[in-house]
Amino acid sequence: MSVGALPRFRAENIRGLLRHGLITAVFCCFIAAALAITQHGSWSAQMVYSLSIGLISWLFIDVGRLLISGHKEILWPSGPWGYLLVAAGVTVGFLAGNAIGDAWTHQPLLDFRSFTERRLATTIVITVTATVCMCFFFYSLGRSKHMRGQIELAQRNATEARLKLLETQLEPHMLFNTLANLRALIATDPPRAIAMLDRLNNYLRMTLSGSRALAHPLSAEFERLADYLELMSVRMGDRLSYVLDLPDELRGTPVPPLLLQPLVENSIRHGLEPKIEGGTVTIRAHQDAGRLVIEVSDTGVGLNADRPPAEGGGFGLAQVRERLSAVYGDQARMSLAAQPAGGTRTILSFPLPPRA
Amino acid sequence: MNSTALIAEDEPLLAEALKAELAAAWPELQVLAVAGDGRSAVREALRLLPQVLFLDIRMPGLDGLGAAAELADSWPTDEAPMPQLVFVTAYGEYAARAFETQALDYVLKPVQPERLRKTVLRLQQSLAAQQQQARSVPSTADEVLERTLAQWREVLAAAATTGAQPPATAPLRMIAASDAGGSTVRMVPIEEVLYFEAADKYIRVLTASHEYLIRTPLKQLLTQLDPEIFWQVHRAVVVRSSAIEAVHRDEAGKLHLDLRGRAEKIPVSRLYSHLFRAM
Repeated sequence: MSVGALPRFRAENIRGLLRHGLITAVFCCFIAAALAITQHGSWSAQMVYSLSIGLISWLFIDVGRLLISGHKEILWPSGPWGYLLVAAGVTVGFLAGNAIGDAWTHQPLLDFRSFTERRLATTIVITVTATVCMCFFFYSLGRSKHMRGQIELAQRNATEARLKLLETQLEPHMLFNTLANLRALIATDPPRAIAMLDRLNNYLRMTLSGSRALAHPLSAEFERLADYLELMSVRMGDRLSYVLDLPDELRGTPVPPLLLQPLVENSIRHGLEPKIEGGTVTIRAHQDAGRLVIEVSDTGVGLNADRPPAEGGGFGLAQVRERLSAVYGDQARMSLAAQPAGGTRTILSFPLPPRA
Repeated sequence: MNSTALIAEDEPLLAEALKAELAAAWPELQVLAVAGDGRSAVREALRLLPQVLFLDIRMPGLDGLGAAAELADSWPTDEAPMPQLVFVTAYGEYAARAFETQALDYVLKPVQPERLRKTVLRLQQSLAAQQQQARSVPSTADEVLERTLAQWREVLAAAATTGAQPPATAPLRMIAASDAGGSTVRMVPIEEVLYFEAADKYIRVLTASHEYLIRTPLKQLLTQLDPEIFWQVHRAVVVRSSAIEAVHRDEAGKLHLDLRGRAEKIPVSRLYSHLFRAM
């Protein structure tokens, strides 16, 4: 998530600041009570000292952090600035709070000249400890809230991507034409109708559940492609032929499910369907220097003719690229090119997982 | 008398299914041929002159709409009346909804016998009316043709516009086009444009002195032009109406336009010839 500069003192930040102030005040009251009981001092004096020190430190640190990084996504100064801010806040809070307390009681509580005095050391230790604890507490709170937001955002993005994938795979035109063909077959060729229904069944199950799994063997990927291609070849008749070539030693290689589906769909939809005489889709896998190379090629109309830039084709490719880079990072390669003899060829490659 | 039909459908099983359903719903209908793509549909239709055309909208080569537009121009009207047009379409494709609201004939895939029977009934009525009119008042042949053309125009317009984006709110004023070389983008005021012509992947934009190219599909461009000022006169041509100087009819009965400022003749499709009937 990248956001531009936000207003430093936007409502959300002010709310957070006041919440911190309230918690700080309550915490200070506890410290004052504890001190009043243990040191048998005056309750009201302890309250004034404690609240003054605490609230001034809070105001200094919290306003300071908004001034430094309120316009950013993470509301805490990065690196040494965070520590410096806390140190400055403690110092200012301690000195100013003491001054206010002294004014209230009309006598100095601490003797700053004798640093060895127990009272001075105790107060400093309590102030520093309390402030650091509070800061760490608020920092963790903000951090986990930020993380939660990030996770929610990631989940939302993932859901959206899956929905979009589903929409393209369950494209109504494909589904209803397949059903229309099925209906025709039931009357004329029941065994073939049953075979087609089984393919459709596999295809739908994979589409609906598979998009959630992280990986499946390459052999399963090829079987799903066979289901899809078989469905399409019932529809297109002689106009579609296909070749699936998967060497035995690569059958078990894990790949993201339905990774190749959009490429094969593009080949059919934009390559072969617009071509009167149809053609062939070829999907081959081989290994080359520790990498898995998968090639999807067709003998269709090619890249230039009848390839509307925004109609599905763009999304299909973008989606494959995105999934590849999500799994393999910059180790994945993908290229799309027109073939000299007509048609297009897409080549994917990524590192083979080390053999177990 | 037996009626005749032609089916254009690229998926062989669906063509067979439609044929079988038609045989049940309309036993007297003779299906003369089944074409697997738009081009061969046009060829076969012109050879066989069927009375009813079932056209799949999505077909390789030339789609159903293109095939219909081509047939409208080249149909020999003195040999046979123009056929009844029925589009065949799958869900979500083009204009199923638009057809529904305009009560135009279409068949949804998968073909449902009930729906097909209604279509058949309507076709039978239209054919009967057509024959009766032709017999009783021969002089109205032109009117019948005009009515059929109007109906085709409606069907094609409904099918063509539903796929396009919603019309732009303001008409286009400037056109950003590349010149013939392709390296520079030129801003062409719409007032200078005399006509647009779709060619392959481009649209040629022609002014009195220059030619430019744009890549916007004609279908989409049409929604951005003022229909009072720019008239579509052909499947591929839109002209500035005020630039039309004269309309000529050749020996074959085809219309051509002369434009002020351009030497070439602009063909007018039969579908749009109604725009130029003498007042």
